[in-house]
Amino acid sequence: MRWFPVALTASLALALTFLTLPVVAIFINSSPGDLLDSLGDPVARDALWLSLRCTAAALAIIVAVGTPAAYLLATRAFRGKALAVTLIELPLVLPPAVAGIALLASVGPSGLLGGAIDAAGIQLSLATAGVVVALTFVASPFYVRQAMAAFVSVDRTLLDASRTLGVSEARGFARVMIPTAMPGLVAGGALALGRALGEFGATLMFAGSFRGITQTAPLAIYDTYATDFDSALALSAVLVAVSGAILLSVKLVHGGEVLGGAPR
Amino acid sequence: MRRAGVVIAALIALAGCGGDDSSSSSSSSSSKNSPVIVSAASSMTEALTSCSPRDKLQFAGSDELAAQIEQGVKPDVYAAANTKLPDQLYSEGKLSKPVKFATNTFVLAVPKDSKITSIDDLTAKGVKIAIGSETVPIGSYTRDTLAKLPPAQSRAILANVRSNEPDVKGIVGKLTQGAADAGFVYVTDVNATNGRLKAIELPAEVEPQVTYEAGVVKGAKHPTEGQDYVDALSSGACADALEKAGFGPAP
Repeated sequence: MRWFPVALTASLALALTFLTLPVVAIFINSSPGDLLDSLGDPVARDALWLSLRCTAAALAIIVAVGTPAAYLLATRAFRGKALAVTLIELPLVLPPAVAGIALLASVGPSGLLGGAIDAAGIQLSLATAGVVVALTFVASPFYVRQAMAAFVSVDRTLLDASRTLGVSEARGFARVMIPTAMPGLVAGGALALGRALGEFGATLMFAGSFRGITQTAPLAIYDTYATDFDSALALSAVLVAVSGAILLSVKLVHGGEVLGGAPR
Repeated sequence: MRRAGVVIAALIALAGCGGDDSSSSSSSSSSKNSPVIVSAASSMTEALTSCSPRDKLQFAGSDELAAQIEQGVKPDVYAAANTKLPDQLYSEGKLSKPVKFATNTFVLAVPKDSKITSIDDLTAKGVKIAIGSETVPIGSYTRDTLAKLPPAQSRAILANVRSNEPDVKGIVGKLTQGAADAGFVYVTDVNATNGRLKAIELPAEVEPQVTYEAGVVKGAKHPTEGQDYVDALSSGACADALEKAGFGPAP
């Protein structure tokens, strides 16, 4: 018989079931009524609001710094470029606990730059700014990688044509490269957003957990699941919905080719 | 984060052996000296790791471990940093009658060079305090203790709280890293930092009675060995290790 197509289908079915079942279980266990109730819970609301604010701040930093950096990496050849790309991608594969330790050792109160940061009057640990730092650290590579790929895939003749017409590189970057690479940039932003929204370990270790200040939605879920599993489920469902909406809207706006067919 | 990883790994490991009884029965009957699966409060990490290296130990906040058992995870032994959680599981028929096996001392912990010398110093503006979250025993001991102080003092201290940590390790970590200036933990946690933190005793009239309780989880794979383990917490190698770490004998 044709065993190979059967094996392929079975693999897909297995993967789909395994990946979907846990998410489906969240919604089966929490009715829409529970969901709305959980949004009425001030602890959950504070956590979601804090998550959204910190994620937005982290994403703004990531896009502002990451876009030019990715452009440079995509358009220039220089010694040590492969190393630079690897270093930027490293947080992608770091365990969250390692990210937490790394942040403590570098910008924590007794870390490498701890004294300087303190002297500048900036407080990161146990403060909202620390959450933003943790989110930025773990989510940046998702954006930069995708942005780099998007810039690489832009047809160089477009940029060259604009250069021969006397357009400066800065203008070419703003008027040609960014609009052309936009689908890839948006996809990278969505991935970074999703990662930042879900950040847990580094945040807890580096920034702590306090309602309204450092307790993001994942931390609130962790804090409540032991005693109030239903609230934790409901808040989880909200996060699934938000993350799913991000993914879906990106796919819809950019016609599916964005996340599926990353430029190569 | 380390603890989340431990919890998830333990959930997977424990779900695997507790989930379906049909497949696990063959392996459970095979060996008499199979390692006992222990879910213990994280304040016992050092002591239990040293006295029972061959057993499968997982440490987390007592409340999280209790929640896992509520969700159907079946370690052999549950050892908690209070009596409330084991008693509750016992009343639900999910744990054998729990045994009191140790006590601990609830203290104020500060970095070794701190200028804080008593609980009265915690009301000053700008003191950053880390405590346990409400659901974990250390957090409820903390709130009970603060409730016994004059209301104004209690309010001022709570206003200085900057983090509600999910277990004692989180509080100790915030203190040793210099992120927090003071925290409420057990004296054994301070002892485990090898002098990096110092313990400040609380006035006797506000100090809570901290009693540890353990029991065998109903439906556990190794109930006999589990019971042996629980017994050894009161007298045996683990009792000695607990005493060495600074735990007191059972009341």
